[in-house]
Amino acid sequence: MNMDKKDFYIEPPPVPKRTRMQELQHVFAQNRLALLGLLIFILFFCCAVTGLFLTSGSSPVCDPSMVRLQEKLRPPLARPNLESLKPREIPALGVYLMGTDDLGRDVFSRMLQGAWVSLTVGFVAVGISVLIGIFMGGIAGYFGQKHFRMDHILFTLCLVLGAGLIIVNSYVIGTVLLSICSAYIFYSLSGRNRFKKKDLPFWKAILRRNTISVDTLIMRIVDIMLCFPSFFLILTVVALLPASIYNIMIVIGLTSWMGTTRFVRAEFLSLREQDFVAAARALGLGNFRIIFRHIMPNAVAPVLVSATIGIASAILTEAGLSFLGFGVPPPHATWGNILSNGKNFIFDAPWLTFIPGIAILIVVLSFNLFGEGLRDVLNPKLRERH
Amino acid sequence: MTSNNILLSVENLKVYFQGNGAPVRAVDGISFEVRQKETVCIVGESGCGKTVTALSILGLVSTPPGEVVDGKIVFSGQNLLTLDERKMQKIRGNRISMVFQEPLTSLNPVFTIGDQLGEAVRTHRPIAADALRRYCIQLLNDVGIPSPEQRLGDYPHQLSGGQRQRVMIAMALSCDPDLMIADEPTTALDVTVQAQILGLLQTIQQKRSMSLLYISHDLGVVSTIAHQIYVMYAGIIAEQGNTDQIFLSPHHPYTQGLLASLPSLSKRGKRLYSIPGSVPNPAYKPEGCPFHPRCPHAILTCREEFPEMCDYGKGHLARCPVLFKNKKERN
Repeated sequence: MNMDKKDFYIEPPPVPKRTRMQELQHVFAQNRLALLGLLIFILFFCCAVTGLFLTSGSSPVCDPSMVRLQEKLRPPLARPNLESLKPREIPALGVYLMGTDDLGRDVFSRMLQGAWVSLTVGFVAVGISVLIGIFMGGIAGYFGQKHFRMDHILFTLCLVLGAGLIIVNSYVIGTVLLSICSAYIFYSLSGRNRFKKKDLPFWKAILRRNTISVDTLIMRIVDIMLCFPSFFLILTVVALLPASIYNIMIVIGLTSWMGTTRFVRAEFLSLREQDFVAAARALGLGNFRIIFRHIMPNAVAPVLVSATIGIASAILTEAGLSFLGFGVPPPHATWGNILSNGKNFIFDAPWLTFIPGIAILIVVLSFNLFGEGLRDVLNPKLRERH
Repeated sequence: MTSNNILLSVENLKVYFQGNGAPVRAVDGISFEVRQKETVCIVGESGCGKTVTALSILGLVSTPPGEVVDGKIVFSGQNLLTLDERKMQKIRGNRISMVFQEPLTSLNPVFTIGDQLGEAVRTHRPIAADALRRYCIQLLNDVGIPSPEQRLGDYPHQLSGGQRQRVMIAMALSCDPDLMIADEPTTALDVTVQAQILGLLQTIQQKRSMSLLYISHDLGVVSTIAHQIYVMYAGIIAEQGNTDQIFLSPHHPYTQGLLASLPSLSKRGKRLYSIPGSVPNPAYKPEGCPFHPRCPHAILTCREEFPEMCDYGKGHLARCPVLFKNKKERN
């Protein structure tokens, strides 16, 4: 059969095509609230970055820790009393934009300093939790039906025990255990142990016995983690560790990955059975390439939505910790500890509570709105529908 | 034909699925061969194990619950069942490729056609970006997609079903495989597109001199492209032979029934024949010949003895000793 493509197709009239930028504009124009969220987010980002430059260094433009006792509890937009202040104590704007607190510190400078803390806490903590969540969820969803064998569990125990023994200074036994483990890993990777189940000796059959499925193990760990009241877990850890902003980020990240794990696992369970995954395997792609390149982008939309909301809740958690006095240590301002200081003067100086409170509200809300909008943009099918 | 140009031979393949009850014997000891540059068709009803056969050639049967219990799949001298995962990955897509039934869901919805086609190529051979782009355009051109440069940037949902299937075929062709497995590639498409895709597969197969293992339930489709036909029923091969043998002188009652139930001009206005009964549950197949409850020629021994392959000469085999004996007696 002589088949030329011209037999079947006459070139169709050209359809006006929109570029990707135009499509994005279109989607965002449809979704005003998401656009608003994005704008506020960009504004917040700029504030945080400029705030970092303005408030840090040896002689910052806006000094958040400049104490002016004679100027305490001034309301927003109050003019500084120029006679009682030394020249370097006068705020850079010439006005207390957001008032002063009980020590006469400029709340505007302190909010600027705190914005950077909130931003980094939000992003780093959620970054950690999303990375862990995607990894654990992906493994649980994709390899869920595989089982851990007896030997896996034994040699994990062996490894942990060996490391523990080395830590408590019993080097000989620890090293022996560790080397047994590495020998076993080497042996099991060498590929010589590929034989059928039937012709195994008894002890090997016990070692190769299936115990618990990967899915069960990971999801039970998630359940256990969810059982802890996470705020108090964070409080405990923060009480044990030296108080620093990085510890707080890491701790918030390590206690909030469970939601993402569940999301990702659920997405993977349904995506794993899709035809395009079978097609990708039929093309000869490896497991990890399929997980991270083919399934993950399909699963990432709900994760991104939950991540933006997670940023909001991480900012809230940090604010809560600072409010309770467990957060970033005092001379450094965060929105939480401004709020916490302000609560003592809520009737005399309500701006001390309302300004950081409303700032937290707006940022958290904008992240949530932006997250919702992002979900629509990321889905090519929804994009077409608009 | 000599035996040394056999590309793929499947010997006594058994694939069982372990459910809660008895094991589901989806493929229960089938053997077939695909020679070079040959189109082999596997025909059978839904659920007779065609797709499982195709998947097990590529080692894609998910275990658990599935398991290849017995048999050999020899592809150019190597038994694929003994290869480890990494070696299988080098064969999949590179030397054996597959086109799936559902073009609508077989492409990843979040990547463009160009991305996916490019990935299919790059998985198996290193190629520079601009050469890759040219190669992809050429591939799309080969499978008859108009203005391929623009299509490269399209997402799957922007293409029609027939175009998506063409893209799938382009992906399957991308590494010049020796064998292409097409698992009912035209089932989800309408009849005009089906004819185009069939024509395309045939031209490509001749042009690139590769083998084609075509899996279908549609005898009409099979008659136009097949060299060699295997008729499957309930996990076994009921009859095998070349196209003329199967269509002109079927020797298994199942094949006869299938052919009788095809609509044709001569049967116009008459009621179509249909095989009574339905396909047995693969977990609880009848004893003896799995077809005997529906067979018009069944005798007592059919209930007890699993039928042997009977040789009608010239490679035409049928698994029905009753008809074989009848025919001998007549001669």
